[in-house]
Amino acid sequence: MASDEEEIYQEHVLDHYEGPYHRGRCAGATHEHEDDNPLCGDVVRVQLRIDPAGKVEEAWFDGEGCCISQASASMLMQRVEGATVDDVKRFSADEMLRLFGARLTPNRQKCCLLSWRVLQSAIFSPIDGSGAESAGPARRNPHAGEAT
Amino acid sequence: MPAATATLPLDIDRVREDFPILATVLHGDQPLVYLDNAATSQHPRQVIQSLVDTYERHYANVHRGIHWLSDHSTDLYEDAREKVRRFINAPHREEVIFTTGTTASINLVARSWGDSRVRAGDEIILSVMEHHSNLVPWQQLAERTGCVLRHIPITDDGLLVVDELDRLLTDRTRLVAVTAVSNVLGTINPVAEMVRRAHQAGALVLVDAAQSVPHEPTDVQALDADFLAFSGHKMIGPSGVGVLYGRAALLEALPPFLGGGSMIRRVHLDRFEAADLPARFEAGTPPIAPAIGMGAAVDYLQRIGLAKIQAHEQLLVRQAHARLEEIGGVRILGPAPSQKAGIVSFTVDGIHPHDVAQLLDRHGVAVRAGHHCTMPLHKRLGIVASTRASFYLYNTPHEVDRLAEALVEAKRVFRR
Repeated sequence: MASDEEEIYQEHVLDHYEGPYHRGRCAGATHEHEDDNPLCGDVVRVQLRIDPAGKVEEAWFDGEGCCISQASASMLMQRVEGATVDDVKRFSADEMLRLFGARLTPNRQKCCLLSWRVLQSAIFSPIDGSGAESAGPARRNPHAGEAT
Repeated sequence: MPAATATLPLDIDRVREDFPILATVLHGDQPLVYLDNAATSQHPRQVIQSLVDTYERHYANVHRGIHWLSDHSTDLYEDAREKVRRFINAPHREEVIFTTGTTASINLVARSWGDSRVRAGDEIILSVMEHHSNLVPWQQLAERTGCVLRHIPITDDGLLVVDELDRLLTDRTRLVAVTAVSNVLGTINPVAEMVRRAHQAGALVLVDAAQSVPHEPTDVQALDADFLAFSGHKMIGPSGVGVLYGRAALLEALPPFLGGGSMIRRVHLDRFEAADLPARFEAGTPPIAPAIGMGAAVDYLQRIGLAKIQAHEQLLVRQAHARLEEIGGVRILGPAPSQKAGIVSFTVDGIHPHDVAQLLDRHGVAVRAGHHCTMPLHKRLGIVASTRASFYLYNTPHEVDRLAEALVEAKRVFRR
């Protein structure tokens, strides 16, 4: 058995999956976004409380899905708390994959990047509809749909 | 293992030797256990060799050249049509239209028959368990024409509520489009009976036979279907080729769908005259080598015998049900083995199907995870996704054991 594969379900990942960081609703959230991965039905919602200076005071997620999508969301919430909105914008997909740690095949990378994609939209999605600019077009994989 | 295989309806060791890919070893030491046959099947040497022979010795465009090679290629292409005709017992060879697959076949009917025959307020009956390829073309037709779609419901254990068909059939019903075998539940639908009832009500019937033609004997005359669609790649043939069977009287009266070369008798600058069947519906250069390869697949399946293949898969399904039911937290979708084809879909408590599939892959076990192109069915079942093991003639009881063992291991990883 390949060791790379085994690493996906390492303790660190399972710990985040089974005991996630900030899963639930964010009290006083200022920004939120939700999206799914139609391929597998995974859903992630991200809620943020961003202070007037542009700092992410709290980051929460909720959702349903595979171990990779949910554990990566937990890791990401932990990572971006305390960061500025500019930090979040600069936080690249590659950095997200590195944060997750275990090597993922292209199909599972979509799972890992779901919460990252939702976060990138959430920072442009104020709940009150005031202030911030609207979200840009969602990042799309050329064949993100289904296979028969 | 020898004791178990000796009682099987077919000579499994000999069959497996014909499929080179089954010798694949993954992740260092895990023999491939290929249980994703409902998605696509593997190819025996005989089919692979047919492709090689076509490209090395027989290839030219069909129905075009005056030259020897084109005649030769055309003969082989038309031989394949004749093989498929016999395979499904169609009365006439021109009733076998080569397409690129089941999806293209259904779209052909939705465009050609649908656009010319369906009016606003007409009704088309589908079922909740249809593959997206037998839902979306009709939704698109409804957008174009204003026709109304109705759906036969299913029971909680995945059987069509066939009596609902009688309630849904009205004098506005133009078509019943239904799958012969569910690609998720494995349910074998009583298609012949449904055809009888639909015809009584004056409606036509299209059968999505993608999951039935590869696995059981098909007789379109006994079935009395008006249209029947299936793919080469799910019956050990190449991808890129499929078939639409349609009754000649029906097809002859329909306008062509795709326009281009081959489908015409004569073209003027401002108009065309359509060709006769089957060319009428085969615009452009067809999938020449894949169609010839599909003929080789038909030869192979008929040499083994569809009834034997069906009996073999039934044994595997019974075994899979028994083994998976022993494992706690596994919920099998669909009816009892006696009512299903070689497909066993399931969920595992607390483990997402993608994680199940990933963990099974560690043991070389290839299954499908997701919604299997049946989002409405999964919604009806109250789940977002499932894991599917699907069997074919080359799978063994030992492989079913490997599936069950790998599943137990997967649960261990998740500490469940």
